Amino acid sequence: MTETVTPKEPNREPIKSSEIDPKFKYELSRIHGSEKLLKCFQCGTCTSDCPVARYSDSYRPRQIIRMAQLGLKDRILNSDTLWLCAACFTCTDRCPQDVEVASVIRVLRNLAAEKGCVPLVFKEQAASVLESGYAYKIPELRIKKRETVGLPPLPKGNPENIRKALKGVKFAENIEKGREPK
Amino acid sequence: MSSKYLIFLGCAIPYRVSAFEISARKILSKLDVELVEMPEFNCCGLPLDPVSHEMMLILAARNLALAEQQGLNIITLCPGCAGTLKKVNKILKEDKMLREQINGHLKESGLEFKGTVTTKHLIQVLMEDVGLEKIKSAVVRPLTMLKVAEHNGCHILRPKEYIGFDDPEDPQTLKTLIEATGATCLDYMDETECCGAPSVGVSDKVALQLARDKLNHVKMVDAEALITICPFCHIMYDTNELRIEKMFSEVYGIPILHYPQLLGLAMGLTPEELAFNELRVNASKLLKHVTEGA
Repeated sequence: MTETVTPKEPNREPIKSSEIDPKFKYELSRIHGSEKLLKCFQCGTCTSDCPVARYSDSYRPRQIIRMAQLGLKDRILNSDTLWLCAACFTCTDRCPQDVEVASVIRVLRNLAAEKGCVPLVFKEQAASVLESGYAYKIPELRIKKRETVGLPPLPKGNPENIRKALKGVKFAENIEKGREPK
Repeated sequence: MSSKYLIFLGCAIPYRVSAFEISARKILSKLDVELVEMPEFNCCGLPLDPVSHEMMLILAARNLALAEQQGLNIITLCPGCAGTLKKVNKILKEDKMLREQINGHLKESGLEFKGTVTTKHLIQVLMEDVGLEKIKSAVVRPLTMLKVAEHNGCHILRPKEYIGFDDPEDPQTLKTLIEATGATCLDYMDETECCGAPSVGVSDKVALQLARDKLNHVKMVDAEALITICPFCHIMYDTNELRIEKMFSEVYGIPILHYPQLLGLAMGLTPEELAFNELRVNASKLLKHVTEGA
């Protein structure tokens, strides 16, 4: 079974004032997707409607939002549970305060990824996009088989152009660096 | 009304869900929808949004710019691709600064996003452009003997603000399209719940539990098949059905059909033409029911 993330018990250590970044919430409020973070009043609609929270002992969107408001930056960004969101957007659509919860989670994940905290599956997909244009390595056999089942050939990608377009994108460049030395 | 589209295949379909593509192309051709292959397209961007929103925007914008060069609107089979292309089209049209920033990335390869094409998923094209009347008149073998259930999946409907299609809380399009084949579409518990696919690779345990829930609810209403319109949802239920049965000691035997396979049957196409052989969960009982009727 693939478990690239082993959600640990959430960190329930008492909060020390030294781990609080009081400006974190403002930093988030300026990023597209998490502008409305401060409007959350902790009603819990997101968590109660979250399909993942139903089966995970640790993933609670309301808690992540509260931690972000409090400024517990490192606790959030280092936490594996951040990666459990299935991006179904139910929380976003049902939030009575229009917080766009799933987008806030996405912003937090982007920040975690910049620090290098990211499950393997995403690195693999990014590497595949840089190499072929597709998120998965489509086997040659599959591509050949298309003809025999009456499908038109798969259009050829242009990875060179894609890599050009992704110049300056930090995450893509990190993946590219990891790809080069062979 | 245009009946010519650029087909955006995305990654999951050419990777492992060819039955969806085969059957969709067959029914669209019968309904006089012309498909043009999209040259040089790349991943829509959605899988990388969690790690880099900017990367997602660039990848999506590149696809849209390529389509603009062709001057054709896009049809997708994957709701994730449709949702992403719709969303990015809207975001970049509304935000001039962001548009300029993203276009800066595309410039070197001679591309520019302008916001001149629209993207629709297969079922949106069927409902809005082909039309129910035309679909109904193409039905030569009404499937009145069948009782099935539907699974829309999330990205065809959510987030509502960007997708703007059907009602995410009580979607009707797929149901109506199923009923156009003559089959009965059953209601069941938690119909709009997520299949769990995006959690695969992060926590298979959570993902499979969600898919199990769904299959349990579908079984409860005695549906003869579950009809999907998303390659990822299909993988969750079809490819993983046996795995879920084993893991949780359940027995389902519910075939998972791509909607165009169901419609194709009603249009008189054969199971071979519709690639039924590619399904993991055997559909022979359902096919027998169709052949024998009543």
